[in-house]
Amino acid sequence: MGLLSDPYRRRALSRLVLRLNTPLCLLSYAAGLGWFLALAFPPVAPRTYMSENAMGSTMVEEQFAYGERALSYAREFAGHKKKAGGLPVAWLEKTMWNLGLEVYKQPFSRTLPFPDETRERYMVKGTNVYGILRAPRAASTESLVLSVPCSEGQHNNQAVGLMLALASYFRGQIYWAKDIIFLVNEHDLLGMEAWLEAYHDVNITEMQSSGMLGRAGAIQAAVSLELSSDVVTSFDVAVEGLNGQLPNLDLVNLFHAFCQKNGLLCTIQGKLQRSDWDTLPAYAHSLQTLLLMVLKQGSGRPQGDHGLFLRYHIEAITVRGINSFRQYKYDMSTVGKTLEGMFRKLNNLLERLHQSYFFYLLPSLSRFVSIGVYMPAFGFLILILVLKALDLWMKLSKCDASPVERLWDGDQAAAHGAAEESRPGLLTLVPPLLICHATGLTLYFLPVLGQHVATQHFPVSESEAVVLTVIAIYVAGLALPHNTHRVLTGSGSDRGWMTLKLLALLYLAMQLGCVALVNFSLGFLLAATMVPVAAAVQPTGPKYLYAVLLVLVTPAVTLLLGIFLYQELIEYPVSVLECWQLFLQAVAEGLLDHYLYGSIVFPFVAIFVYPCWLLLWNVLFWK
Amino acid sequence: MITDVLTAIALYLAIQDFNKVVFKKQKLLIELDKYAPDVAELIRTPMEMHYIPLKVALFYLLNPYTVMSCVAKSTCTINNTVIAFFILATIKGSAFLSAVFLALATYQSLYPLTLFAPALLYLLQRQFIPVKLKSKSFWLYTMQYAALYLCSLVVIICLSFFLLNSWDFIPSVYGFILSVPDLTPNIGLFWYFFAEMFEHFSLFFVCVFQINVFFYTIPLAVKLKEHPVFFMFIQIAIISIFKSYPTVGDIALYMAFLPVWSHLYRFLRNIFILSCVLIVCSLLFPVLWHLWIYAGSANSNFYYAITLTFNIGQILLISDYFYAFLRREYYLTHGLYLTRQDGTEAMLVLK
Repeated sequence: MGLLSDPYRRRALSRLVLRLNTPLCLLSYAAGLGWFLALAFPPVAPRTYMSENAMGSTMVEEQFAYGERALSYAREFAGHKKKAGGLPVAWLEKTMWNLGLEVYKQPFSRTLPFPDETRERYMVKGTNVYGILRAPRAASTESLVLSVPCSEGQHNNQAVGLMLALASYFRGQIYWAKDIIFLVNEHDLLGMEAWLEAYHDVNITEMQSSGMLGRAGAIQAAVSLELSSDVVTSFDVAVEGLNGQLPNLDLVNLFHAFCQKNGLLCTIQGKLQRSDWDTLPAYAHSLQTLLLMVLKQGSGRPQGDHGLFLRYHIEAITVRGINSFRQYKYDMSTVGKTLEGMFRKLNNLLERLHQSYFFYLLPSLSRFVSIGVYMPAFGFLILILVLKALDLWMKLSKCDASPVERLWDGDQAAAHGAAEESRPGLLTLVPPLLICHATGLTLYFLPVLGQHVATQHFPVSESEAVVLTVIAIYVAGLALPHNTHRVLTGSGSDRGWMTLKLLALLYLAMQLGCVALVNFSLGFLLAATMVPVAAAVQPTGPKYLYAVLLVLVTPAVTLLLGIFLYQELIEYPVSVLECWQLFLQAVAEGLLDHYLYGSIVFPFVAIFVYPCWLLLWNVLFWK
Repeated sequence: MITDVLTAIALYLAIQDFNKVVFKKQKLLIELDKYAPDVAELIRTPMEMHYIPLKVALFYLLNPYTVMSCVAKSTCTINNTVIAFFILATIKGSAFLSAVFLALATYQSLYPLTLFAPALLYLLQRQFIPVKLKSKSFWLYTMQYAALYLCSLVVIICLSFFLLNSWDFIPSVYGFILSVPDLTPNIGLFWYFFAEMFEHFSLFFVCVFQINVFFYTIPLAVKLKEHPVFFMFIQIAIISIFKSYPTVGDIALYMAFLPVWSHLYRFLRNIFILSCVLIVCSLLFPVLWHLWIYAGSANSNFYYAITLTFNIGQILLISDYFYAFLRREYYLTHGLYLTRQDGTEAMLVLK
């Protein structure tokens, strides 16, 4: 308490904050960004290790050899899928029944809030088919899931084939302690959400489905498989889930361990690991992997079907087989052996995976950065907002103290006049706050509610109408007459904008802090772009420069630049026009994710970040 | 909700009366020349004190914590109403009603027992009985008040016995509050400690934690015997921080009193940081609860960290107000612009 109560030290500290404010802020920003960039440097990130005792060593001898059977199942499935024009429910049921599984099917339907480009209709109907392999000598209290999405066209046929072959192999073994559910879900994420909701008997989104017929106890872990070719050159893992939630790191370690055991090349974010670490290209590679993960996690979209399991405390990952132009190809048997090994290890679990980290970043598959190491980067960025807020507060209380000194001098009339003119009170802040939040709420509610009105008056489709309404309201917020404070007395003064800026900075700090705990990447991306401009903006000084900077850091432009960076990182660079198209698509998908799966990114940005940004815009045009 | 409105009305009337008392006392002290000559700006005027009762009532009603307790239909609001009526009765000077309401408050949750001391001090002040251990009238009045209080408490407990036909309610209510068997996470400090502790030591630590709540009464009574209402405010705050199962409704009650001490604003040193800490912690509570219970990614340590920070913020807020109060009293008697012996400006340091 010495620092807070000793008046001499307080005076020194407050003088430090007031005088060195800008240098401290710049230093803090540099420290934050530098810390983040240092995370990709291999010695900073420790090697991954298996934390769960029950999944200790990889001593099993895998004996899966039904690679050919998998391919034949795949071809049959492809043929039936083409004939049925969707999931061939009857064939799948019959095949699973013949393998000895308990088969159930679950029809579901969902009314989309607006038909997007991929689905082009309001109502989506589908069926999930799943078979349960009961453990021979256990009590059916726990289970594992192997799920395969049924996609349109020629995708994922081999995955279904491999799943059926694995099912037939697993059926013959006696060592299963948990039930295994083999699930084929239609319409990817929609089907998965329907299945999970029915399985856990909850109603989070407005999915209509028939109830669950067959259950197999609490699901301990799940693996989602995507394979679209007969042979693979590498195996990719996707970890990011809904709202940036990540599975337990042990599951990723498990995948890595078994890939190494079977000699399978494994990648993350599509990038292979490099063996050197002290060269610049290696650092760049590791930084690219890290940035890809940050961008994907920040978008809040599940990067595979596994993303929806995480909400129910079920650790899950998606593994994808990739067939690129490498020379060495692996056949289905190797892939099957890897999956068999993983499932046998998961079979040994005594309790849910909880030993390893839940909050991490992966600059490569064998190195990780835990929350304790990456949070200080974010902390430095928030420190800038706190320093600036303290600076404003001290300036405001100095303004407050001076009328009192004048009173002491005996000049009462002047003091009263000064006191009245420099105390506009908190009422002048209420109109900007109300207007900004009203705009935010309009941005959230109006696009989907008003899509029918929009399609009647303009020749656009519904999804275009929704996206264009979003953009229109966003831009209209800039042009709103914010100068209502001129109507009230005592406004237009320095105190007014300083108080509003103080409020806006604290509001921004609180929002970013709360969101960084839930989804670190989203918080960090918003902080890295918005914080320096938020701290610097003020009505005096080069107004147009500040205006341009403020527009550059608005969340929509951050999204646009994020898409551009993402395309660069996956080595698929796009032109400006294509980037714009992708941007419109991203906005539509963000809205859909919110309505269909409960993603928080769109409501958070619309109802909290955007009004905060509008408050700063207000501060800029205070005079 | 009706109880909330009743609490607000009770607080309004109480503070109105209290302001009159404060003003009278101030006038008396000025006439007796007890104040230093240059403290003109510290003297409170009726004009600035005019809106304080309304602000108190509004602070209570519009506090987000009160709204949350109301929405959650918590029984904390009934506790708050009884304590508010107790304060009203004490300030109006009615010893009987004050004892009855204090007995009701103690009957519901044990901790308002500590409010006996400030109420006694205030009533003694009102009766112009000086607090001296040798004075006969002091002991006589204390005995009277204690007797009223204990009798009403006994009456209420016996009434409960007759309604229930057994003494089971005593271990269920008071035993529960004192022995803390249920460790559901809340915004208090108890649950985490006792979840981590070995059984062998739990009795010792329960005693330590409970003594901590009651302990501050005596030193505060010694220091604040001239200012019993401020003592009451600090005591309510201490109860709501250190009790075994605190809720945000308790916090709303002591926060409602803050406008009464708004004249201390210029002496508060850390109000900005503390209010930021309190607001940030209140916002982070649901986020970390969600991460712990629903997402399963965090664990109880994350949530308890926020609980600790929140309670530290509250404790620092109370100690800040205490410091500001003492500092103002010092300035009133010693003058606002302190000079050392050689004439240079001196600064007041709390050691």
